Amino acid sequence: STIHRKVLNNRRSKASNRNPNETLRLTFVIMETEEEASRPMTDEIYTNGGDDESLSQQQQRRPIISGEQLDIEAYAALYSGRTKISRLIFISDKCNNVSMQLEALRMAYDEIKKGENTQLLREVVQKIDGRLGPNYGADLAWMDSVDRRADQRKEKLENELNAYRTNLIKESIRMGYNDFGDFYYAHGALGDAFKNYVRTRDYCTTSKHIIHMCLNAILVSIEMGQFAHVTSYVSKAEQNKTDLDPITIAKLQCAAGLAQLEARKYKHAARKFLDTAPELGNNYSEVIAAQDVATYGGLCALASFDRAELKAKVIDNINFRNFLELVPEVRELIYDFYSSHYASCLDYLGNLKANLLLDIHLHDHVEKLYTQIRNKALIQYTHPFVSVDLNMMANAFKTTVAGLQKELEALITDNQIQARIDSHNKILYARHADQRKATFQRVLQTGVEFDRDVRAMLLRANLIKHDYNLKASRKI
Amino acid sequence: MNLNVNSVDSLVTQILGLSGSSQDVAHLNSLLKQSEDVIRSQAATFAPCLIRLDPSLHSLGYLYVLEACTAAPVPEAQANELILLVVRFIDVCSVDQIRLVPEKFISVCKRLHELVMTLRAPIRAVGPLLTAIHKIQPSPEHLTPLHTDFLQVCLLAKCYKVGYSIMEDDICEIDQPRDFFLYCYYGGMICIGQKRFAKALELFHNVVTAPMPTLSAIAVEAYKKYILVSLIHLRQFSATLSKYTSTVAQRNLRQLSQPYVDLAETYSTGNVSELKAFVQANQEKYENGNNLGLVKQVVSSMYKRNIQRLTQTYLTLSLQDIATTAEINTPKEAEMHVLEMIEDGEIYATINQKDGMVRFLEDPEEYKTCEMIEHIDSSIQRIMKLSKKLTTMDESLSCDPLYLSKVGRERQRFDFDDFDNVPQKFNL
Repeated sequence: STIHRKVLNNRRSKASNRNPNETLRLTFVIMETEEEASRPMTDEIYTNGGDDESLSQQQQRRPIISGEQLDIEAYAALYSGRTKISRLIFISDKCNNVSMQLEALRMAYDEIKKGENTQLLREVVQKIDGRLGPNYGADLAWMDSVDRRADQRKEKLENELNAYRTNLIKESIRMGYNDFGDFYYAHGALGDAFKNYVRTRDYCTTSKHIIHMCLNAILVSIEMGQFAHVTSYVSKAEQNKTDLDPITIAKLQCAAGLAQLEARKYKHAARKFLDTAPELGNNYSEVIAAQDVATYGGLCALASFDRAELKAKVIDNINFRNFLELVPEVRELIYDFYSSHYASCLDYLGNLKANLLLDIHLHDHVEKLYTQIRNKALIQYTHPFVSVDLNMMANAFKTTVAGLQKELEALITDNQIQARIDSHNKILYARHADQRKATFQRVLQTGVEFDRDVRAMLLRANLIKHDYNLKASRKI
Repeated sequence: MNLNVNSVDSLVTQILGLSGSSQDVAHLNSLLKQSEDVIRSQAATFAPCLIRLDPSLHSLGYLYVLEACTAAPVPEAQANELILLVVRFIDVCSVDQIRLVPEKFISVCKRLHELVMTLRAPIRAVGPLLTAIHKIQPSPEHLTPLHTDFLQVCLLAKCYKVGYSIMEDDICEIDQPRDFFLYCYYGGMICIGQKRFAKALELFHNVVTAPMPTLSAIAVEAYKKYILVSLIHLRQFSATLSKYTSTVAQRNLRQLSQPYVDLAETYSTGNVSELKAFVQANQEKYENGNNLGLVKQVVSSMYKRNIQRLTQTYLTLSLQDIATTAEINTPKEAEMHVLEMIEDGEIYATINQKDGMVRFLEDPEEYKTCEMIEHIDSSIQRIMKLSKKLTTMDESLSCDPLYLSKVGRERQRFDFDDFDNVPQKFNL
C-alpha cells in the first residue's frame, strides 16, 4: 500500500500532465500485488475515471475542503471602495447566519464612515437596528457635518466649472466634470455621476482621456447594474489599442466578462475571463478580485465549453493557472470533471454553493450554472459507451436510480443524449439514427407534402382566376 | 320556326320528331329555349306529356318540361310522385342531351334535394345524386354545384362510405367559389366519419386558406374543426396560418374560435387532468358548435401522444410506469391504449404480460422491398404529372389577354430601348 500511495501522490502533483488511461494501467499493476484485491476486475473497466481506491483512502489523499463558512474579513479585504460596501450589504441580506450578518453590517458601517455617503449609512443603520450597540447607531452629527461639507464642496465645484466654461479651456472643463463625477459617486448619486463622466467625452483630447472616461463610466455602470452601458464603453475603450497598458486591458476584459455573465452568455463570459492577463492582480479591487476572475471563469467554462475547448483554454492555459491557484477548490473540481471523477467534482460544487450564493454577481446564476454542469457531466459519462448500467452510474453520481432515470429522460427528450433506457433491466443503450431509413422517410414525406401543397396551390389559383375573371369581365 | 306550344300533343310530336340525330337535338334545343317561358307558365298543362315522352331517348325535351314542373312550389302530397319521376329520369337520361343545358339539369337535381329534405328522407337522394354528378361532370376533376348537395345528404343519411367515394377524386377545376367552401367543409366531415384524418385536415386547410374577400362563416366553422382534427391526427397544432391566407382570415379566425385555440394550448402541456378540466369548463361552447364528439376524441388522443413520447426515450417500460407517466388510471387501461396503438400501426411494440413490461421496437420497415420501390416509383410519376400540369397552367396564364393587359399597365418604362416582355398593344 505504500507503493499505492506514492503513485497517487505522483499523480496529484502532475495535475496538468494527467492521463487517465496511464494511471488506470498503473493501478492495475499495483492491484495485482495487493492482497485485498477484493473487487472484481470488471468493475475497474466499467467504472468511469478509475475509481480505484477505497473511499477512506480517497479521503486521506485529498483534504476535502468543506467550503467552510466565509471569512468575511478576508473576503472584504479583497475589495475596496463602494463595491466593498455593496458586497457586505449583499452578504448581510442573503446570509442566514445572524452572527455573520452582524459582522458584515459592522464592517460595512466602518467602511462607510471612511467615506462620504450618508444615504448608505442610513440604510445600514436601519438594517443593524441597534443590535450592535450604541457605537453603531445613527450618527447624526457625522451625517450633518458630511452633508454640510458636501454642499460647500458642490458650490465650489460649480463655481470653478462655470469659470472654466466661460474661459473655454478644454482640459479644465474636462477636469471639472470629472471632479463632479467623483463627487457624486462618493455621495452615492450614481445617476448624476454617470452623467457627468459621460459629459467629459466632448472635452477629451487624447486617447488617455477617453480611456479614463470609459473606465469611470464602466465603474459607475457596474454599480448601477446597467451592464449594457458596460459593454458599449468597453468596446469604446478598446478602440484605442495603442494606448492601453496591460493592466487596463485586463480591467476591460473583466468588465466585459461581467457584462456577459449578467446577460447569461456564459460561453462569452468564460472566454473573456480566461483571456484576462495575470497582470490584473489586485489592481481592479474596486470592481473585482482575482479570485472572482478564477471562480467566474472556471464555472462558466465548465458549464458551457466542450471537452476540447476546456482542455485548450482552461487546463492548458498558463495565464489562467495563476488565477486558479488562488481558488484551489475550483481548480480541483475542473480537473476532476475533465478526468471523469464526477462524484468528487459534484461534491466540491455542492460545498462551494453556499458561499457562491453570497457573491453579488454570481448569485442569480448559480443554479443555472450548476444544472448545466451536472447535465454536461451526465452527457459526458454516457458518451463513450454503447450501454451503461444505471446502477453504477447512479453510484458515480451519488443519486438514486429513479432520480437518475428522470434526469436522463429529460436529457434524452431534449435530444442531448442519443440513447434509450431499458427500464426493466436498468440499462441505458446508445442509439444511433439510421441515416438510410431516415432519408427514405424524409423523401416520402417531402413527396406527400409537395403533392398536397401543389394541388392546394392550383385550387387557389383557380379560385383567384375565377374571381379575377368576374371582376375583369364586369369592367370590360 | 317556332314550336307550336298551343297544345300538349303538338309539343309532344315535335319533341318526338326532333330527337333523332344530334343536329336535330341541337335544333330542338334552340327552339325550346325560345319557348321556355311559355312552357314554364303553363307547366301544369304540360305535365301529362311527361308520360308520353321517353326520358332516355328524349331527354332534352323531357328535361325542359320536368324543369318547368318542378319550378313551381310543390305541395307535400305530390312530392313523393315527383321524386320518383326525377329519380327515374336521372337514372336513364342520356348524357349528351342533358349536357346541352347543364343549368336546367342542376336546378332539377337541386329541387330533388329540397323535396327530399322536406320529406326528411335524405337517403332517397344519395344514389340519384351520385349518378347525376357522374353524368354532368365534364371530367372527374370538375366541381359541380351538385357535389355540395350530395355530400350534405350523405352526411344526414350517414352514408359516409358513398360520400367518401367521391372525395377520392381530386378537384382541380372550380366553377363557383361558393360551392368550393361547402364542398370542402362537408367533405372534411365525411372524411372524419371515415376516420381519414389526413384528408380531412387537407380539406379544412384548403377552406381556411382560400382567398376570401370577406370572412365566410363556413371558414370559421372549418377552422374550429381544423384545430380539433389537427390535435387528433398530428398530436400538435401550430396557430400560425400560412402566408397565403387572406388577411381577413388571418385577423379574425383566431378570435372567433377562441375556445378551440385555448384547447390546443392546454393540449400542448401534456397534462391530461388539466385538459379534462378545461373541456369540462367549456362543454357548452363545444356543444353549441356540434363539436363535442371531436373534443372527446381529442382528450383520448392525449394519452396516445404521451405514450408516443415515451417510445422516444425508453426501450422497455413497465405498464405501471406507463400508466403513471401518461396519467392513465390503471395499468390495464394503459395496456389497452398501447394495444390500440400497435394495431393502428402508430407505434411498434410487444407486450409481455407475464412481467407487465412493454418493449418498444424500431420501425421494421427496411425500405428494401419491391412494394416500397413501386410505391416510390409511382409517387415520382404522380408528382411529375403534377409538375407538368403546373407548368402548362403557368404557360396558359402567361398567354391570357387579361393577365397581359394588367402586366402591361403596371410595367415600368425605363428606356425606350428596354427589352419589352409584353407586346406594345397591351399598353394602356
